[in-house]
Amino acid sequence: MRFGFAAIVLVLLAAPLLAVLPISVTSGTVLSLHLPGVSLRWYGEFFESSRWMLAACNSFIIGCSTSVLATALGFMAAWGMWRAAPSRLLSGVLNLPLVVPSVITGLAMYFAAAAAGLTGGYTGIVLAHTVLAIPYVVLTLLAALRRFDAGLLRAAASLGADWRVSLRRVVVPSLGPAVAAAMLFAFAISFDELIVALFLAGPGQYTLPRQMLAGISDILTPTICAAAVVVSLVSVLAMGLASALLRKAG
Amino acid sequence: MLLTLPAVGLVVVALLLPLIYLLCTAVRDPELRATLPRTAAMLRAWDGQGLPDEAVFAALVEEAREAAEGQRIGGLAQRLNFERTGMRGLLLRAAESEVAAPYAMGLPALDRNWADPAVWHVLRRASVGVTPLYLLRAVDLDMTAEGDVAVMAERPFLPLLSRTLWIAGMVTLLCLVIGFPVAMSIAAMPPMWARVALGCVLVPFWISIIVRTTAWFVLLQREGPVNSVLMALGLVDHPLQIMFTRFAVYLAMVHVLLPFAVLPMLSVMRRIDRRFARAAASLGAPAWRRFVRVTLPLAWPGVRAGGLIVFMLASGFYITPALMGGGGDQMLGAFIAEYATASLNWGMAAALGLMLMAGVAAVTLAGLGLARLALGRAA
Repeated sequence: MRFGFAAIVLVLLAAPLLAVLPISVTSGTVLSLHLPGVSLRWYGEFFESSRWMLAACNSFIIGCSTSVLATALGFMAAWGMWRAAPSRLLSGVLNLPLVVPSVITGLAMYFAAAAAGLTGGYTGIVLAHTVLAIPYVVLTLLAALRRFDAGLLRAAASLGADWRVSLRRVVVPSLGPAVAAAMLFAFAISFDELIVALFLAGPGQYTLPRQMLAGISDILTPTICAAAVVVSLVSVLAMGLASALLRKAG
Repeated sequence: MLLTLPAVGLVVVALLLPLIYLLCTAVRDPELRATLPRTAAMLRAWDGQGLPDEAVFAALVEEAREAAEGQRIGGLAQRLNFERTGMRGLLLRAAESEVAAPYAMGLPALDRNWADPAVWHVLRRASVGVTPLYLLRAVDLDMTAEGDVAVMAERPFLPLLSRTLWIAGMVTLLCLVIGFPVAMSIAAMPPMWARVALGCVLVPFWISIIVRTTAWFVLLQREGPVNSVLMALGLVDHPLQIMFTRFAVYLAMVHVLLPFAVLPMLSVMRRIDRRFARAAASLGAPAWRRFVRVTLPLAWPGVRAGGLIVFMLASGFYITPALMGGGGDQMLGAFIAEYATASLNWGMAAALGLMLMAGVAAVTLAGLGLARLALGRAA
């Protein structure tokens, strides 16, 4: 029983999320584990609610834009840092979002967005989430690049491949999975992010985390559990897929 | 190196410069100079004795009228009212009044506070462009009419800061104490079980903090599942009030942040050569000494990394305490957000943010120093 304590903690870690699952399929209206019956009515409520769907739509638009932008910028940065050893200042700046408390980040970005006239729109939130995602993207891609043999590029060039051919035949096959993983990470970070979105979003601009906060401040119905399950599934799918891609590549 | 520029540039423009701007916002005082520029220049030249002369009164009324017509006076009214209650009404009435020259007579007739030198001292201090007011208020100090520093009657923020740091510190400690044996166990498990256990840590880690807080929010309701399980087991005979207590805050925060402590510790512990502990045992060291002198020093980089991440995240938390805690469990972040986005008092938001950063830095350095001292003594 040497792993007893760990087992208890791990079960407790998973328990709250597992407990929400049965509540989300109750046919009653009470948030309790005594289910009068099983139904998908609260999932129906979730998918038919214009508020939740609008929030989901916003979250996907912001998440996908963040994913593309952060991966593009992060890939360039990682490539540059791989080619020439980065200075400590440079990596310090890139890792800045990791070491500032979220409420301070939110406040600073709110000032920046107000100065640039970007509050209440997609652009401001996408740029802010991109900043938050860049350290993770760079970390992921730099790890992949360190395993990537630069000699392959020279070999391709010596065999007469121009850059397009080496991109297609050398870079994409070896770095593709890591880039896909980085995109999924960036998406998940944006998809789950609440604090900065609270500071930057306009009054009607709800993302899923923000709508969830509004939902629990309102009357509690099992819809919130259905929403929690759906949002969790998206995050777990994105992150799980990213981890699987990295494990396959590594 | 050029390739890093877009990413670095974005981080600099969207986060580093705003952080520096945030530092400046805590002491900037632009409203009076922007709204009443002529008055501000005259007030800076005023010697501060008695009341200013007619020219200053006249400039104030004329410029305030222009600003009120252009609807630009709200920010200044709010700024002045923050320093001295009543200044908003005083200024707005002066701007909307029909007072005619000589204003030095007319204004005090409109409201006798205009004959109070203290009012003019507030205006004069606001004309400088830089103010210590927000920083003083953040540490529960105030400025008197004469410009001296005084202690506020109410002391809202310093207790709030110490509470924030205390909760964050307790959560960090709990995460490390609970997470350490968990990480040790996972590192010692056979590979297949270790993969399952790691999954149990990673899946909650991947799920949004707000979703996990929501789960606790639902489970801990008075008629919620946790209470019904406790009652079914016969542990309690009436539902416990768990929501809106400090316990609920700790429970949710530790649950949310535990993976952040376990993962860095685990990655270090996996690389520890377990022959060291066995060697210590074969030399006759009892379990506690093996732990203090071998295991803990070897795992220290992971403990430090996990502790730093958890403390940093916990000190910026405010949504979870706002949902799970009562009035006495709120954290500083809630007030920063409130000042920034609701009452639009950016100076106060920045000053409190600065205070939070300073507090976090001080506790972090103290904690690391203490830990190093303790480890050094043990070794």
